Amino acid sequence: MTVVLSEAAEARLREIIASYPQAKSAVMPALFIAQEELGWVSDEAIEWVAQRTGAAPAHVRSVASFYTMYYKRPVGKYHIQLCRTLSCAVCGGKELLSCLRERFGVAPGEVTANGMWSFEEVECLGSCGTGPVAQINDVYFERLDAAKLEELIRRIEEEQPDLRYSTVKKELGGGLADRPRSAVWK
Amino acid sequence: MAHHRILTANIEYDDQRQIAAYEKRGGYAALRKALALPPEQVLAEVKLSGLRGRGGAGFSTGMKWGFVPKNSGKPVYLIQNADESEPGTFKDRLLLERDPHLCLEGMIIAAWALGSRWSCIYIRGEYAYPAVCIEQALAEAYARGYLGKNILGSDFSLDIILHRGAGAYICGEETGLIESLEGNPGRPRIKPPFPAVVGLYGCPTVVNNTETLAALPWIINNGAAAYKAIGTDKSPGTKLISASGHVSRPGVYEIDLGYPLLEFLNNECGGIRGGHRLKAVIPGGSSVPVLRADELAGVCLDYESLQAAGSMLGSGGLIVLDETSDMVETALNLQHFYAHESCGQCTPCREGAHWIEKIVKRILAGRGTAADLALIESLCGQIGGHTICPFGDALITPVLSLMAKFPEEFSRLIDQGLDSLVRESYG
Ligand SMILES: Cc1cc2nc3c(=O)[nH]c(=O)nc-3n(C[C@H](O)[C@H](O)[C@H](O)COP(=O)(O)O)c2cc1C
Ligand code: SF4
Ligand code: FES
Repeated sequence: MTVVLSEAAEARLREIIASYPQAKSAVMPALFIAQEELGWVSDEAIEWVAQRTGAAPAHVRSVASFYTMYYKRPVGKYHIQLCRTLSCAVCGGKELLSCLRERFGVAPGEVTANGMWSFEEVECLGSCGTGPVAQINDVYFERLDAAKLEELIRRIEEEQPDLRYSTVKKELGGGLADRPRSAVWK
Repeated sequence: MAHHRILTANIEYDDQRQIAAYEKRGGYAALRKALALPPEQVLAEVKLSGLRGRGGAGFSTGMKWGFVPKNSGKPVYLIQNADESEPGTFKDRLLLERDPHLCLEGMIIAAWALGSRWSCIYIRGEYAYPAVCIEQALAEAYARGYLGKNILGSDFSLDIILHRGAGAYICGEETGLIESLEGNPGRPRIKPPFPAVVGLYGCPTVVNNTETLAALPWIINNGAAAYKAIGTDKSPGTKLISASGHVSRPGVYEIDLGYPLLEFLNNECGGIRGGHRLKAVIPGGSSVPVLRADELAGVCLDYESLQAAGSMLGSGGLIVLDETSDMVETALNLQHFYAHESCGQCTPCREGAHWIEKIVKRILAGRGTAADLALIESLCGQIGGHTICPFGDALITPVLSLMAKFPEEFSRLIDQGLDSLVRESYG
């Protein structure tokens, strides 16, 4: 199986490999690049990373399975990671998972029939002072409650913003004009 | 009480992340000053300042640097630990997003002191936006000659790269981090050998928290004595406290170490949210023992005072709980976290974390027995001290301390539970 990604992805990975003292260190960034281009860590993704970094496919697979941010199956165009840990939970986060279940009619980890949405609960996102927090693709949305979450989902469906920060292009994605930059201090 | 602003002096400025604005406010002057000094003198200055690691353990930074063998013939690697995943902790993100050049300048100074030519910032994968801020800062620093070959015309050359994690708490532990950086699952290594001697690719490696490194420019600019004069004798300097939970004004606050905890809660955080009463705090991120409200009189935010009170300053992640909080539910929430995040290589941690979660769940559901409390204690006794990394000790801390401090909340659920026959069938 010969897997080829876009020239931009290939070039970016070459640059990344060269930046490490040892090529195997590039397995993680390579997995991010493959995931960005292929949507999830498919068999092709594993193969591509193994070929390019020189690591054994079984090793690449073990790395992909260890880390939760590598998707072992396809996710929605918008993937919601809802924080379930203590500070968010005690500030109203506990009710939000059931909101998502009801809104989308699927269980955590499943994708809606139109391919738009999937969601899961995750552990502390490092934004506890502005909880409850959800990360949608790469962007944090803070101080949520059921109504705000519903409104956010409605706006995303309407505006279809780009909520990904590209590893390949090394640049910010577009996004909701007023998306929170999550700067909190006293 | 007026607090020093060492780490957050310029955090309000939206343009601070641009290098020109950073320089205009005095940025990179400390690097110039440090490069004019021999590395040993920079190291000595850091040792004198009394700076202690802000990642959780509070170990002397200068002493840790001193463990790196001289002239080993191998490269020395410096890693900035920006994995920030300890529940309740969100201070490094503030620095990375709002003042990325401060994080870089401190790191370049440390690399000079340690003789590192290649260094890495390991940032948690979820921090996509902070990662972009750091990438941009790195590009600017290279363009201005603060990184790359012959920095500022000296014979010192340094490359720094950014490595993104991918959602594994355990990669915050320094040897788990090193494994991850080598392209492996982040399973911690047995210590010794310590990373300072055998770390990344088998070479001497120093891992420092973002906040630790960000303090270095101020120390170089103002001198070790000025830093040591702030805070307490044994806990010098300032610390970022991440306050979350049931406070009126959650957020990141920079305080002089030694600030009374209750004063901090009332004066900085605006007290407990409307109409409620303080019940307990977890002062240093989820892995440190809980303290009841009645234990807080006289307790100060510094390493020694919190230790004397039976807890720890840890990462400075202060989680505040009011009287509406159910402590068995709190225990379940945290035990779920630890069960999910165990890397799985030690049996006591991998199996025990799940057992404890299951038992707490059963108690919360009213199906627990008195024997369950004893079982948790005996399980914890078999985990603590019997694992490769300190995660094993961390995972038993919340449940044990919650059970010790709020025994009635556990026993009430057990007394209200089903009769013993029914209980037995649930095992
Ligand atoms: C389970 C576990 C998780 C940790 N997570 C972090 C972390 O997210 N960030 C961090 O800086 N240190 C973390 N540490 C501490 C590191 O192992 C290491 O001591 C620290 O980065 C050293 O930097 P310092 O001396 O500047 O504090 C963790 C330790 C353990 C045992
Ligand atoms: S204590 Fe737990 S997290 Fe640490 S190495 Fe053992 S299994 Fe992994
Ligand atoms: S507990 Fe939700 S972000 Fe930390």
